[in-house]
Amino acid sequence: MTATTTAPGSADTAAVRRAIADTVRPARPGRLSTALTFGWRGMLKVKHVPEQLLDVTVTPVMFLLLFTYLFGGAIAGSTSAYLDYTLPGLLVMSVLFTTVYSGVSLNTDLTKGVVDRFRSLPIWRPAPLLGSLLGDSVRYVVAGTVIIAVGVALGYRPDGGVGGALAALALVVVFSFGLSWVFSVLGLLMRSPNAVMNAGFMGIFPLTFLSNVFVDPATLPGPLEAFVEVNPISVLATASRSLMAGAPDGTAIAVSLAVAAALAAVFLPVTTRLYRSR
Amino acid sequence: MTAQPALAIEAVGLEKSFGDTRAVAGVDLAVPAGAIYGVLGPNGAGKTTTIRMLATLVEPDAGSARVLGHDVVAESDAVRGLVSLTGQLASVDEELTGRENLVLVGRLLGHRRAAARARADELLEAFGVADAAGRLVKHWSGGMRRRLDIAASIVVTPQLVFLDEPTTGLDPRSRNQVWEIARALAAAGTTILLCTQYLEEADQLADGIAVIDRGRVIAEGTPGQLKASVGTGSLHVRLLDPGRRAEAARVLEAAVGTVVLEPDPAALSAACADAERAAVGVGELGRAGVGVAGFSLDQPSLDEVFLALTGHVAEQQPSGTLEEQAS
Repeated sequence: MTATTTAPGSADTAAVRRAIADTVRPARPGRLSTALTFGWRGMLKVKHVPEQLLDVTVTPVMFLLLFTYLFGGAIAGSTSAYLDYTLPGLLVMSVLFTTVYSGVSLNTDLTKGVVDRFRSLPIWRPAPLLGSLLGDSVRYVVAGTVIIAVGVALGYRPDGGVGGALAALALVVVFSFGLSWVFSVLGLLMRSPNAVMNAGFMGIFPLTFLSNVFVDPATLPGPLEAFVEVNPISVLATASRSLMAGAPDGTAIAVSLAVAAALAAVFLPVTTRLYRSR
Repeated sequence: MTAQPALAIEAVGLEKSFGDTRAVAGVDLAVPAGAIYGVLGPNGAGKTTTIRMLATLVEPDAGSARVLGHDVVAESDAVRGLVSLTGQLASVDEELTGRENLVLVGRLLGHRRAAARARADELLEAFGVADAAGRLVKHWSGGMRRRLDIAASIVVTPQLVFLDEPTTGLDPRSRNQVWEIARALAAAGTTILLCTQYLEEADQLADGIAVIDRGRVIAEGTPGQLKASVGTGSLHVRLLDPGRRAEAARVLEAAVGTVVLEPDPAALSAACADAERAAVGVGELGRAGVGVAGFSLDQPSLDEVFLALTGHVAEQQPSGTLEEQAS
């Protein structure tokens, strides 16, 4: 190797020196701008790793097909009647499953070391967390839209029309913003992205099944019915159903929003604290 | 740029425990501005925790540190504005492309979109990774990731760069490139705190070295001072005629010091820390008519320094382990 030639793919020391000699220091960006930059990062990930979207949409679509055609007739008398009952609930399931990925991607950042980069930058500290909501929301909307679209393709026609469907989707997405902080905390506490995924689904999976997403709780044995009635996922599914049916259930909507706010109020500060100290 | 204080890093009694483990048990450091300062020690000695405290990622349990004149706890934001960290696992986003990584950092530091892109392209070119700029970093080689990591650290030129084991797991060619980059940074006046478990790396790059073991600094000085403090080097002589080795041994024993016969039948060495005495020894061999094919005077290696200072051998981690964790 000689001093005058630079092999392809090598660092050019003279150019490195020139780059360092440039000591221009731009003014620090504002908080919103910093959070939006992290939002841009979240979008880029959706673009580069679309498989993640596939993961979260395939399972609910599979459940939609299985339950509608296998059990629909037995549960509700006909597949179309069951589709009317279960689709608003599957919307809830589909989007809530996606929230687990907030924890998974946060944990991925931690294990790969990129969080060290962010934490060593002179930026507003909650910005990486708030910015990631933007990327998350894209995933929520895609997951929700896919399940509604498949439902419509199978013959589902909500009485609430497009407006009702959009309102239900919006409510579920807002609820997910609250729930995602629970998984963010999990993402900061667990050792690997896979562990977060497993623990997350171990929680969300039974909770979803022990709700009114698939069956009317009136058919359940007493204690189970009591649990299903108070399960927030049931409340959210009821709210979603009412919006899609064009007859909004004010109480269910209010309780859903309150639960989301409570989850965020508890778990957002824990997330920020853990993110700062880990 | 504001004038730098004479000491870029001034740490007194830094301590940090994780549970029952005392990772850092009272570290003092004084790093002159503009120097490459090496923190040398085996795995688990407390190097990374020390760097993380100085880079404001972890708050110390006890002790204090000022980096470029700012307290790492009370003025952590000011410190973050002046330093950059290149982590043990390359601190880059594998699910973004190389260019996106640098644009992201540029935007976060306040560059407008066009300026961030221009700076990214300039750095990608300078660090020899422009060809791969549009590919996701997870498909890059370890050496390229390291270079991108360092490039990300100078998107806005910092006054001080922390390099935490920058060549762990790299092949020799990539390692040399990282060393070249580190030297270029230092030549431009950037202070570098280099953590390494590679004795050769500290010897090659650092102006000053602190040897750290079990959370404490156990020795400090220039590479030369550290070697000298451990004691003697040795004069190696290779003879033209192996048959005269016994005679040569007598001469060197008298003129220089304790002689060791080497496995090579024509070679022998004498304990000797002093170049002039070594010259006398070689002269005596000539006077005695013993033909000398060649000779050299070696200082003790840093491996020997470490053994002498700690009483145990530096435990080398099998290279590549960290890379595997990262992928």
